[in-house]
Amino acid sequence: MNRHREAEIARRNRQELITAKLSRRELIKLGLLTSSGFLVAKRGLSTRAAGAETLSSPPTTPFVVPLPTPPIAEPRTSLTPAPRAEPNPAAGEARTATHQRWDEFLPEKFYEIHAREAAHSFHPELPLNTVWGYDGISPGPTYRGTYGQPVLVRMHNDLPPNHVGFGIPQISTHLHNGHTASESDGFPADFFDSGFFYDQHYPNVCAGFDASPPAGDVREALSTLWYHDHRFDFTSQNVYKGLAGFYLLFDERDSGEETDPNPLAFRLPSGEFDVPLMFADKVFDSDGQVYFDFFNLDGILGDKFIVNGNIQPFFNVARRKYRFRLLNTGPSRFYEFFLSNGQPFVQISNDGNLLPQPLPRSSIRLGVAERADVVVDFSNTRIGDRIFLENRLEQTSGRGPTGKILPQASATQLLRFDVDRDPAEPDRSRILPRLRDLPIVDMREVVATRTWRFERQNGAWAINGKFFNVNEVRATPRRGTAEVWVLQNNSGDWQHPIHIHFEEFRILSRNGAPPPPDEVARKDVVRLQGNEEIRLFLRFRDFLGRYPMHCHNVVHEDHAMMLRWDVVP
Amino acid sequence: MNRRTFLAAGAVSAIGCATFERRTGAHEAVETRGRFPNVLLRTHEGRTVRFYDDLIRGRIVTVNFMYARCQNICPGMTSNLALVQRALGARVGRDIFMYSITLKPDQDTPDVLRSYAAEHGVKPGWLFLTGGRDDVELLRRQLGFVDPDPAVDADTSQHIGVVLYGNDALDRWAACPALTDPDEMAKYVRWMDGPRRPA
Repeated sequence: MNRHREAEIARRNRQELITAKLSRRELIKLGLLTSSGFLVAKRGLSTRAAGAETLSSPPTTPFVVPLPTPPIAEPRTSLTPAPRAEPNPAAGEARTATHQRWDEFLPEKFYEIHAREAAHSFHPELPLNTVWGYDGISPGPTYRGTYGQPVLVRMHNDLPPNHVGFGIPQISTHLHNGHTASESDGFPADFFDSGFFYDQHYPNVCAGFDASPPAGDVREALSTLWYHDHRFDFTSQNVYKGLAGFYLLFDERDSGEETDPNPLAFRLPSGEFDVPLMFADKVFDSDGQVYFDFFNLDGILGDKFIVNGNIQPFFNVARRKYRFRLLNTGPSRFYEFFLSNGQPFVQISNDGNLLPQPLPRSSIRLGVAERADVVVDFSNTRIGDRIFLENRLEQTSGRGPTGKILPQASATQLLRFDVDRDPAEPDRSRILPRLRDLPIVDMREVVATRTWRFERQNGAWAINGKFFNVNEVRATPRRGTAEVWVLQNNSGDWQHPIHIHFEEFRILSRNGAPPPPDEVARKDVVRLQGNEEIRLFLRFRDFLGRYPMHCHNVVHEDHAMMLRWDVVP
Repeated sequence: MNRRTFLAAGAVSAIGCATFERRTGAHEAVETRGRFPNVLLRTHEGRTVRFYDDLIRGRIVTVNFMYARCQNICPGMTSNLALVQRALGARVGRDIFMYSITLKPDQDTPDVLRSYAAEHGVKPGWLFLTGGRDDVELLRRQLGFVDPDPAVDADTSQHIGVVLYGNDALDRWAACPALTDPDEMAKYVRWMDGPRRPA
């Protein structure tokens, strides 16, 4: 049965209970309704576990709140105490390892960010919720980084140490897809307690700077990254609690300036026309509070769709081109995005990396943590038009989407674009026919092939039959080499969006076939579907140390589908 | 439906569809405390306890499911948990409690569980629990020890092999595979302390 129908039936049943004049309190007393709002009974249980899947959120009127845009993080000129290569425990720093290659990339921009608790409105018809946010907002502030300008982020943990409820007040902030030294990467075990800080060094340099100094291989430039908590076993909870934000990188070509006079500049839509969109699905209890299902091993689905922190917002647009940076933060849902007017997207990046050439796409699928930058041109619409960004991918459980594309009548409307004006100035942005060339894949560099089997094992999640153990190093690629990693999924219909930290990969094949055009790209997450084998090429450059590979269905990740690998000299 | 007929119906499904049971009687409701059904259970020491009130309330705990005759993952799981108990030392029974609930309450009487615990060198502070079949089934479902594939779920030899760990006082819960490295698992359990103790 369609989940929305199920939810509707559940809601009607709950209404029926209320009509039967049983107060919520009486129901709880009888044990028929728990404090978190789901019904319980001793018998007549289906084969499904109890939990969030049994909940349906209170109704909310769609498209009454404007789309929030996270503010740009404000850099400082200095920090006190001054950052340094060595850890500074006397000042309260939790870091234990010295920054690698500090002197080569001395930070020029400094940020001080505080992870803390704050009140948040998901929707005006719901009560305020307590969330965790970077600087108290969710999504957190958007960093705007520039290649060649190293950054230092001093991340403070100001979360409540006595916190009660889902989320653990310990953090390790991962910059997703950053070419970052291990000690600044947000390794899952590098979490630290409330009251401490951690200096994270982002050199903002292209991969391959050892081989092509000093700036690295410009074809490796990244555009749309994000940062989120990665405290292991609790990543799903801490991100669900709100700890996620965008980190955008610009260079001479993707300069973030649509009127850039530099002839090399792409001049993609910029400024207010460059809009990051962070998608998340959540479920709310009958009191309108975000509900996290602790006891779920498979994956969690919500029935409320949140864009940049608000449920089903609207966005006023001008009749011109926009760059939208789509990011799926999960926890477990996959999306297939469509525009309701049938207009195609022009996809310009995959996982935040500009493609060799723009691709017209009628729809775009994103697994958890995947990104796609798209250009949408509203110049052929009329003022007063309302266009929905929709998800039409059917998914009824945490195991992954069914693969079925729902008819438009059953689409979930995520965001409404209201065309309300002509642009104040002519649209000078453009989409060039060629964007970022791909680095060469040279198979002669490959020194090893490793096979990783992602599997379900008695309800938990294993890789090659083993569960995550932070002390066990499962692979030790040598710096300056390349390898082929083969990812296998024998599990039928379970899907795993697999993320490898530190270095991007190229998909050589899916079940022996070359990847589709949109996956001829640099990637950091790959959707590993049922009974699939994917071959990847990846290099290990510039830094040493420990990194993870894991499933980014964060419920699978937190139940041990992760391993540690170390880059060694 | 009025209040009387609803109560006569006696129960509703815990699950999304939440359809009312057609037949009446036999389905008395179970009191639920927070996340936990407060069912009556019997320990391998022969005591009768309430799951929430006596075992969970205010405590740091681990919970897993097993059965004595399991030839599949249970022997390894229980041996591994015995190493976890050793790693946690004197805290088990003092402020950390371990619970293993049988999946086969009809077979696993307190006596059977007592022998099983003795065979595995179980020390005080770790209880093996049995109870009424429906109560145990309710616990299993509420705590998520369920496979979404009904065929797999019905096959006890493939049962869920995770350990729930948490602290009721902080309403903090997580789960890890029961075969996690025992020293690591002991560390995970100690994370549940909150800020009152050093990590």
